[in-house]
Amino acid sequence: MIAIVDYGVGNLFSLKSSLAALGQETLVTGDAETLHRADKILLPGVGAFGDAAEKLRATGLDTAIVDAARGGKPLMGICLGMQLLFDRGFEYGEHAGLSLIPGEVRPIAEVIPPALKIPHIGWNALRFAEKKSPLFRYIREGDCVYFVHSFYAAKCGEDVIATAEYGAPLTAAVQRGNVCGCQFHPEKSGRVGLAILKAFCE
Amino acid sequence: MITKRIIPCLDVKDGRVVKGVNFQGLSDVSSPVELGQYYSDSGADELVFYDITASSEGRRLFTDILTEVARTIFIPLTVGGGISTLDDFDRVLKCGADKVSVNSGAIRNPRLIFEAAKRYGDQCVVLSADVKRVDGVFRVFAKGGRENTGMEAIAWIKKGVELGAGEVVVNSIDTDGVKRGFDLEMLDAVCSAVSVPVIASGGAGGIGDFVTLFKTIPRVDAGLAASIFHFGEVTIPALKAALKENKIPVREV
Repeated sequence: MIAIVDYGVGNLFSLKSSLAALGQETLVTGDAETLHRADKILLPGVGAFGDAAEKLRATGLDTAIVDAARGGKPLMGICLGMQLLFDRGFEYGEHAGLSLIPGEVRPIAEVIPPALKIPHIGWNALRFAEKKSPLFRYIREGDCVYFVHSFYAAKCGEDVIATAEYGAPLTAAVQRGNVCGCQFHPEKSGRVGLAILKAFCE
Repeated sequence: MITKRIIPCLDVKDGRVVKGVNFQGLSDVSSPVELGQYYSDSGADELVFYDITASSEGRRLFTDILTEVARTIFIPLTVGGGISTLDDFDRVLKCGADKVSVNSGAIRNPRLIFEAAKRYGDQCVVLSADVKRVDGVFRVFAKGGRENTGMEAIAWIKKGVELGAGEVVVNSIDTDGVKRGFDLEMLDAVCSAVSVPVIASGGAGGIGDFVTLFKTIPRVDAGLAASIFHFGEVTIPALKAALKENKIPVREV
């Protein structure tokens, strides 16, 4: 069973539906014990970093997620869920993340030319890191996925498995052992997104 | 680089697609689920569903069908039509919509944009404006383009973005249905005024109109159309191939 962490942030309907389309058994849960029993964990999220980090802490889910990940359980963060995997985020102040992957989450505006629009919204192509991650085994370099974000993961060079070019190479996906994350929305990225979720689920 | 989006728009009444869609190989041409799947498979980057139902029973049918669409189609879904309150946002987002477009509801109550953006994020709120030239001035029209609000359009769109709209759909009443191309002058004026994504609507008659749109105004992010897609005058794969040939970045499926 794959647990989708429900901590009151964002709409989980599409993520649940996309896993159902892949024939996966899922449970949307805000219960630490259920995360403990799950085979894999998906951490979604939409909204602001500090607010989401606080909600995870208030419910004790932060500890449950970190324990599971440190114990070797596969974990995927999506969008804000990916950003929460890092040490800290700088959205409306500085906030601590889960520190499962070294790095920090900073405004896109710091690295892209001012003429480009923010948020980075729409379909953009994935550029893989030198060594292709198994997460991408069913897709090709150049395949497009759907992004909506104004912040990006910085200082995480060695764990970056894909970038998207938007005036600068923005971190699109990261992986460190059993912990991975997608800045884009695989559940909204058509066939390519489903193929990435399938690779994670297997 | 971010790709230019191609967005088919479907009008739904009592849970069925209206405006007689004409496709071979679809068993039910008025099923939003089948049509949505068809467009998604052929490379649509996003789908817009407008609920043109007036009754509460019709709205219930709409949300039932939206749920079904969202269960089977995994590209961004935008819903519009009769959105006047936060409850309306809540109702369609729970059924799997990703974005909600507001038009007359926001004209009546601009605070709706602010409240919705605060609750669901800017990326969720799309301001759709029906615009027409009156004595040489761009004016906003309400109620499906029937009523001149008297508001100057560029100022209204700027205000909507300041209130939190994350994207803008500009529908030119002057070019809508004429099929001689998008309203480049109007779109250029909007693109110069706001920094959020702008979606062009109204006037597409063929593939060349999309090429002209993105070449003339590179700041436009997406092109939206209904009948030319529904009647098969333009297929999305052919459109995307032509855009690619003209060095306009598109997502290939």
